[in-house]
Amino acid sequence: MVIAIGFEGSANKLGVGIIKDNEILSNCRKTYISPPGEGFMPKETAIHHRQNILAVLKQALDEANIKPNEIDVVCYTKGPGMGAPLACVSVVARTVAQIWNKPLLGVNHCIGHIEMGRSVTGANNPIVLYVSGGNTQIIAYSRKKYRIFGETIDIAVGNCLDRFARVLKLSNDPSPGFNIEQLAKTGTKYHAIPYCVKGMDVSFSGILSYMEEKSSKLLKNGYTVEDLCYSLQETIFAMLVETTERALAHVGSKEVLIVGGVGCNLRLQEMMRIMCEERGAVLFATDERFCIDNGLMIAKAGLEMFNAGIRMKWEDCGITQRYRTDDVDVTWRKD
Amino acid sequence: MNLKNFELLYQGAEAKLYKGIYLGKTVLAKERFKKCYRHPELDGIITKERMKAESRAIVRCKSAGIRTPTLYLVDYRRRIIILEYFEDCLNMKEYINKYCESESLEELSIQVGKMIGKMHSINVIHGDLTSSNILLVKKKKSEGFILKNLDLVLIDFGLAHIESTTEDKGVDLYVLERALLSTHSVAQDLFKNILEGYASENKKAFKEILIKYDDIRARGRKRTMIG
Repeated sequence: MVIAIGFEGSANKLGVGIIKDNEILSNCRKTYISPPGEGFMPKETAIHHRQNILAVLKQALDEANIKPNEIDVVCYTKGPGMGAPLACVSVVARTVAQIWNKPLLGVNHCIGHIEMGRSVTGANNPIVLYVSGGNTQIIAYSRKKYRIFGETIDIAVGNCLDRFARVLKLSNDPSPGFNIEQLAKTGTKYHAIPYCVKGMDVSFSGILSYMEEKSSKLLKNGYTVEDLCYSLQETIFAMLVETTERALAHVGSKEVLIVGGVGCNLRLQEMMRIMCEERGAVLFATDERFCIDNGLMIAKAGLEMFNAGIRMKWEDCGITQRYRTDDVDVTWRKD
Repeated sequence: MNLKNFELLYQGAEAKLYKGIYLGKTVLAKERFKKCYRHPELDGIITKERMKAESRAIVRCKSAGIRTPTLYLVDYRRRIIILEYFEDCLNMKEYINKYCESESLEELSIQVGKMIGKMHSINVIHGDLTSSNILLVKKKKSEGFILKNLDLVLIDFGLAHIESTTEDKGVDLYVLERALLSTHSVAQDLFKNILEGYASENKKAFKEILIKYDDIRARGRKRTMIG
C-alpha cells in the first residue's frame, strides 16, 4: 500500500490530491478567476496560490483523514507551466517533504493528465487527445515514451477559446470555455470560419485573428453571440476530431482518451464519440473533477513513478517551464 | 455514377477506397464519405475544397513530368473521384521493409528527393508526405521489383495546395522527416539522401528552403509547452 500526495499549480488552478493505490482519498481545488476581458497573469496567479495553498493542503489532509506520517511520497508539478505559480507550489512541496521527511518527485503535468485519465476510465492503450489552455497534442504510447503524433503549431485550443471569450467580454467564472460551451448550445446559425489542419498538426492563431477581427461586424449582421460561439466550437472541434482520427488510422488503435481542461466540453466528447462509433472504436472521457488540472493527477502519476522505483535527488527537484511530454521515460508501463 | 460493383479496399481517416471497373478499366474510387460529427455545411465545404485541391495537384504534377494516377472523374455530388489503379506495385514503406539492403535504398531515396524537389519547383505542396504515399510501380510486369524496373508514383493529394513560399515547402519536408522517423529505423540515412536528391532538382531555391526547414525543426522540438 502506497499513499501519495500531489501538488498542482502550473496555471490558474491550485490543487492538492491524495491517493492510496487506486483509491481516491481527496482531491481539492481552488481556481484563480480573473475579471471579464482579462486573462490570468503569472504574478497575480502566484499570489493567489501562495495565499491559498496551506488552506487547500489542510482541507485535502482533513478530507482524506490521514496524518502526514502515513504519506509515502510527495509529488508536485515540475512543469510545463507558468514559472511563478510553478515555483510557488514547488516551494511548498519541498518544504513539507522535508518537514515530514518523505521522498519528493517532480511530475510532468501532461503525464499526470494521461495517467489519471487511463486510471479513471480503464482505457488500456489509447490515442490521447490532450487539450487545455496551454496544450493541444495527439499522443500515442510506443517504446517507453508518450510520443507526440500531432500538435498545435501555434497557440493551444483552450487559449483560442479563452481569448475569444475575452473578445466577447464573457465571464471567466467558472471558466471562459465553460461559458462558451453553454452559449453555443443555443446557437443555430453557422458561419464558416477558417479551418486549419496540416497533416496531423493543427493551427489556431489564424482562426483567433479572424474572430477578433470579424466578431463585431458579424454581430451587427444578424449573428448572435450564441451563433459565434457555436460556429467557433463546431469548427475547431472538427479539426481536433479529424486529426485524432488520422492518428487512429495511422496507429491502428481502437481507443481514444480525451484529457485536459477542454476535454470536459460535452460537445467535443459527443463529436469524438460519433467519429469513434463510425470506426468501431471506443471513446473514454472524464468529467471536470479529473479533466481540469487537479492535484490528484499529479499524485497518481507520481505514485506510478514511485512504484517503478524512480527517485529524484533534491538538486533535481526544481521546476521547468518547458517540459515536453516525450521527454519522460515511461518506465512504469510494462508494454 | 454508382459504386455498385466496387469492392471496398480500405477505410482511411479521410475516405473509403474502392476497386472496380469504370469505362472498361480497373480503377480506384475514392469516396470522401459524410462525416457525421461535422456540421453539414462545414463538411460540405471541406470535402469540396479537398477534392478540388487533390485533382488540381494531380494534374499540375503531371504537367511537370511527375507521375501521378490518371484522373478519370470528379463527382462533387457523390463525393467521389475516380483514379487509375496500379497493379504490380509496392509502396515505399513496403519496399524498404522488404529490400533493406542499403545500396538500392540510397538510389531510391535520391530519386524520391528529386521528385519532391520537382514538385516544389512548380509550387505544389503535398501536405501529407509519407513513405506510404509514394508508390513503386513495375515498368515491365515480367521483371521483378528492382529499382531499374520501377517508376515512382506520387499519390494521396488530399491535403495538397499550391503555394510558393519557402515556409510551406519546409513544412512539407519536415512532415516527411517525422513520418519516416516514426516508421523506419534507417530514416536518418534515407532523409539525408532525399535532401541530396532534392537539392539537385531544386537548386536555386534549395538554400533558402533548407534554412526555413531548420527553422521549422527547431520550432517543433523546442516549442514552449505551458501547462
